Amino acid sequence: METLNLIFLSVIYTAIYFGILLLHIAYATYAERKIIGHIQLRLGPMVVGPHGLLQPIADVVKLIFKEDIVPSRADKFIFKVAPLISLTAALSSFAVIPVNQNWVISDIDVGLLYVLGIAGISVYGIVFAGWSSNSKYAFLGGLRSAAQMISYEVALGLSLVGVILMAESFNLTEIVNKQSEYWYGMFLLPQIIGYFVFIVAMLAETNRLPFDLPEAETELVAGYFVEYSGARFSLFYLAEYAAMFCMSALAAICFWGGWTVPPFLIKAFPFLEEVPGIVWFLLKLYFHIFLFLWIRGTLPRYRYDQLMAIGWKVLIPLALVNIVLTSILKYYL
Amino acid sequence: MNLTDIVKKIKDKFPQEILWLTCFREEYSITVKKEKIKEILVYLKKTPSLEFDYLVDVTATDYLGFREPRFDVVYHLMSIKYRHKIRVKAQVPEEGCCIDSITDLWAAANWFERECFDMFGIMFTGHPDLRRILMPEDWNGFPLRKDYPVKSALGDKEWETYRELKETSRGWKENEK
Amino acid sequence: MKNNNLAEKELIVNMGPQHPATHGVLRLVLEVEGEIIKKCTPYIGYLHRGVEKLSEDLTYVQSLPLTDRLDYLSSMVNNVGFALAVEKLVGINVPERAKFIRTIMSEMTRICSHLVWLATHALDIGAMTVFLYAMRDREYLLELFEMIAGARLTVSYSRIGGVRCDINDEFLDKLGKFINEFPDRVEEYETLIDRNRVWLKRTKGVGVISAEEAINYGLTGPVLRGSGVYYDVRKFFPYDAYDQVEFEVPLGKNGDIYDRYRCRMLEFRQSARIIKQCIEKIPSGSILAENAPRIRMPESPLKIDKQDINFEIYTEDKQIESFIEKFPEVYASVEAPRGELGFYIVCDNSSKPFRVRVRAPSFVHAAVLPKLCEGSLIADVIANIGSIDIILGECDR
Repeated sequence: METLNLIFLSVIYTAIYFGILLLHIAYATYAERKIIGHIQLRLGPMVVGPHGLLQPIADVVKLIFKEDIVPSRADKFIFKVAPLISLTAALSSFAVIPVNQNWVISDIDVGLLYVLGIAGISVYGIVFAGWSSNSKYAFLGGLRSAAQMISYEVALGLSLVGVILMAESFNLTEIVNKQSEYWYGMFLLPQIIGYFVFIVAMLAETNRLPFDLPEAETELVAGYFVEYSGARFSLFYLAEYAAMFCMSALAAICFWGGWTVPPFLIKAFPFLEEVPGIVWFLLKLYFHIFLFLWIRGTLPRYRYDQLMAIGWKVLIPLALVNIVLTSILKYYL
Repeated sequence: MNLTDIVKKIKDKFPQEILWLTCFREEYSITVKKEKIKEILVYLKKTPSLEFDYLVDVTATDYLGFREPRFDVVYHLMSIKYRHKIRVKAQVPEEGCCIDSITDLWAAANWFERECFDMFGIMFTGHPDLRRILMPEDWNGFPLRKDYPVKSALGDKEWETYRELKETSRGWKENEK
Repeated sequence: MKNNNLAEKELIVNMGPQHPATHGVLRLVLEVEGEIIKKCTPYIGYLHRGVEKLSEDLTYVQSLPLTDRLDYLSSMVNNVGFALAVEKLVGINVPERAKFIRTIMSEMTRICSHLVWLATHALDIGAMTVFLYAMRDREYLLELFEMIAGARLTVSYSRIGGVRCDINDEFLDKLGKFINEFPDRVEEYETLIDRNRVWLKRTKGVGVISAEEAINYGLTGPVLRGSGVYYDVRKFFPYDAYDQVEFEVPLGKNGDIYDRYRCRMLEFRQSARIIKQCIEKIPSGSILAENAPRIRMPESPLKIDKQDINFEIYTEDKQIESFIEKFPEVYASVEAPRGELGFYIVCDNSSKPFRVRVRAPSFVHAAVLPKLCEGSLIADVIANIGSIDIILGECDR
């Protein structure tokens, strides 16, 4: 009876969590178009619903009703499986991300390691898509994207090692709670180098500008998903935004203190403790999403060899330096 | 050095080749025979006081019915240092319709000569890659010649690919010709 | 095209006629090994409309709108070029007011064309915001064009012997206001990209042409000046009112994409300077010469005074004299935003030209693409095409 109760609650809880998550992902596309529109002195979607608020729903309906084209000489099974792999990998990383104390689907002790591992699996989706499309542009885009993601995963992982050293645990809830024990409340201040490396690696992992050469419209005409249309394309699109949310959530949890407020701020403004933790978490999450969009509207694109050079020659040494400094700090303090 | 002196120098150097000179609206043009055109152009390019180092244009004109060597290949040269211009025209007859290519003097001549070949049918001997540039690869005929019609009155000689496309496409009607 | 042979390492990539970044219907066949391009072959001719052949069948005045569509982003300059050639042929003196109006409109066209260049070049490299800022400014200028000439893009405003209709004070006021604010706008674009590290890394040292190679390949315009060679048609062979205004011609040093970009950005400011001086100096008077060919008399032949043609004959053929008098010819060029646009017209003393030849700068520049691209990466191909600024309309004619 107990187990049945447990399973029932888990299912309900997962459904609510993922429902809200998917709503966030859908409206992230709307936010992107609006924010980038305002950066470019135009309004963005305004027609569908008041101020274009129903635009994501219109997009989803349109994409589902489109004709499903599978290229005749493509490898059919892999072609159909590729977007599923991408989306599944992107969404399963949310199983361990806590949004408040005890508000997590599965509180495992190696949470951070699990997220990094799943990020590695999502590369498969891209490689499968590029290969099975049987098109040169898709092939080139898939290769480039795979190489880029694998290189920047190393930098991503290394930048998080500093956080792990300071929190002495892989468990994401533990990491957040550890941060509220220090007076500065966030690992941002001692881990500033790690944070910088994490932000740059975050942009490259999710194939966003300035590292979006594999799917650059003007160079390879949408890269590895050039042959996809309709519902399959929407799966890739959702997978990209889900990865953005996952990385932003990691940044909010590991560097900005999740749902807690730094103790020195609580001492200054006592009323801040009344605000529920989920609000803080969402604010930090939205700030990082805004960072993604802001950078997209401003910077040009890196060339492929310069991109790889940054990943290997700049970010990894910086992350290693960060690890050494953190260990020295930990030893003496 | 003004243009009359330049023209005098050329006249002295190549007395056999020059057919006539014209000066119209302060532009000089020299009409020569086609045999030694390369030497003339090298002379114009390399002589220290002339130094026509810039090739502006290579084109051709068709004088069908008005003159016996039918074509004229026209070279426009300019000097960046001295700021003067000159026009050299070489007469090319219809039979033996070929002339030396000057691609090794100026790399710009490559595409200009391809266009002359495409539009007029003049062969350039020594050109590295002489093929059609503006018209499709399998086009017949040379469009800018005077005996090529402006409006499409070619009938059977119309482009093969287009004709087949018209006949095999769905819903093509007779009156749409 | 699928390369089935696993032993070969080269891939043939076709950047087709339809591609978001080739600015028109240009086809590039790239042989790629890894990321490095081994061979690049451009194919043009997809937009060939036979302008030269068509002009032989139309009168001089009728073929003026054809020239609009050559370089459709800077149509005023094409009109001025053709009109200059025919005016030189017949010997028409254009009145002063018409010269100043033409100069103003040509420089406005230069700004418009360079704005489109900036927008598309930055968009290709990834800075999307510059595209919309530049288009916002271009809207002002297109509205001014519409106020005077009736059309935004293909204006057909210049006539042989002057311009079509007069400008009014409202136009000059609005233009003056725009020109006063324009240098600040250019600074706005520059803050977005000029010292941006990503931009510098993508453009410095990429696509280098030395000065000797540039002269050898026959390049003109900002592409040539970016390599440090001083050649500007407005200074060498002045036409219209360019000898009565002061302006500088910016030069580059290294001949890479960044230098060409800087040349064009500085040309924005120089164009604004020219327009300002012209607005102050513009005289009053008529806008069309007395002996200009009119639209309503299309069949009247072009009269050229036989005494203007001086010649010396060295052959024994006696008919050459009448031949030379029958076919006078002339070459006139203008400084289009893309380079030197030249018109070579052979006239047979009738109402229609015997041969019209358009020397298009984009045609010459497209030939230099293989040299720029071979040995560099695929991403640089896009940057190179953007920096040499070709328009297929005038490349293919």
